[in-house]
Amino acid sequence: MKYVDEFREPELIKKTAEEIRRLADPNRHYRLMEVCGGHTHAIYRFGLKDILPANIELIHGPGCPVCVLPMGRIDDGLSIAKNPDVIFAAFGDMMRVPGADGSPLEHKARGMDVRIVYSPSDAIKLAKTNPKKHVMFFAIGFETTAPSTSLTLQRAQRESLRNFSVFCNHVTIIPAIRAILDSPDMRLDGFIGPGHVSTVIGCRPYEWIAQNENKPIVVSGFEPLDMLQSIVMLLRQLRAGEARVENQYTRVVPWEGNGAALRAMVDVFELRPYFEWRGLGFISQSALRLREQYAEWDAERKFDVPGIRVTDPKAAQCGEVLKGVLKPAQCKLFGKECTPEHPIGALMVSSEGSCAAYYNYEHRKAVLASSLSVVA
Amino acid sequence: MRFDDRVNPSGGCRMCLAIPGKIIELSPENVNSALVDVVGVRRHVDLGLLEDDPPKPGDWVLIHVGYAMSKISEKDAKEQMRTLEMLGECEGAMQEVRGYGLPDAETEPPA
Repeated sequence: MKYVDEFREPELIKKTAEEIRRLADPNRHYRLMEVCGGHTHAIYRFGLKDILPANIELIHGPGCPVCVLPMGRIDDGLSIAKNPDVIFAAFGDMMRVPGADGSPLEHKARGMDVRIVYSPSDAIKLAKTNPKKHVMFFAIGFETTAPSTSLTLQRAQRESLRNFSVFCNHVTIIPAIRAILDSPDMRLDGFIGPGHVSTVIGCRPYEWIAQNENKPIVVSGFEPLDMLQSIVMLLRQLRAGEARVENQYTRVVPWEGNGAALRAMVDVFELRPYFEWRGLGFISQSALRLREQYAEWDAERKFDVPGIRVTDPKAAQCGEVLKGVLKPAQCKLFGKECTPEHPIGALMVSSEGSCAAYYNYEHRKAVLASSLSVVA
Repeated sequence: MRFDDRVNPSGGCRMCLAIPGKIIELSPENVNSALVDVVGVRRHVDLGLLEDDPPKPGDWVLIHVGYAMSKISEKDAKEQMRTLEMLGECEGAMQEVRGYGLPDAETEPPA
């Protein structure tokens, strides 16, 4: 009874779930992709799949920045920090992510100077308190996080901070959605759009999905009611044969996004011609790098980067899971060789990855099933 | 606190976390910094991403990796905290906020 009866406004949840049942055509199978890893996590945590009718299938998208980062990038970043004068600074999320020769945490145990920061600006503070060392911030994240890195780099430039650099792994969500839609084995009916990425980029960048691909997309909040309401909005559009961008998360997401954040990103970053995504392969113009005028703070320009490439084992079917062709448990390695403790594939690496979320919450199904009577 | 304990206790992802906080005061020496209160924990956050519509003391904001990313209503702030609680992210969120500004332990060289 732990999860469902904790929902805010259980009556409204119940009504919304009923509305979903009413709107869903029983003769049709709906495949809706939630783009954001935060949504994936919430869907499992709240047991939303059990509230939805069986013909509404949620496909977990590429929006987990840790999961889609190729292993070789971690090895590249760590290789720079093998220099004893370099401090490797990163968010806690990165610490257990395995490179080919161990995670940042394991490198720390072997003597590397590895620090957790909770904010990119604290990497600057670290550089100031360690003037004889060079602090390299291992930057990762979608458009939600990239503006913070931008402001941090602007500050480093303003203050002429010489012992600080960024190893940039920021990626952008739109090209990943495009790659998934271009995939020949993909069939999707609509998208639950990312909430916090959209506070920065707004809703306009999704318009091509509606106009060119004829798929509805609803930007959604993270509460159970938010996601259920977003599914209602998608079903209404599908029923009416429409494809529009809608914003369910208006209390946080402005249609035009955050102008200051976008300006900071444009000032500091430019698109890379291509970047590799774990599970999806190389995608054109899908990642950010520092512009020439920030070269002095660009770890990739300052240091020799080996450009390590580590291919995932052939048996790992991350790409198929990422595109929704396979369910996590249908991968040959799921729960056997590949577990959250020993991740082999990308999607088992972070709790937002669909395989880890599935693994962590599936065993709660029995508990959820017994509590469903509260809302169903 | 041991290093290990600080790593992602809730399993949550920093890149997806947005934490509600109330602006207590603007920093006199830096226009882009403010003291915020997150359930009793007070830390400085950066306001640079809200320069088009700067918050005032008493306003509520969503904080992401130490930067206020949007202004929200008090009601939505409370709901956001509840969402974090339901997601099992509360502990991780509070740990993140406490970590802003680098506590001394984190600036010491590793043993």
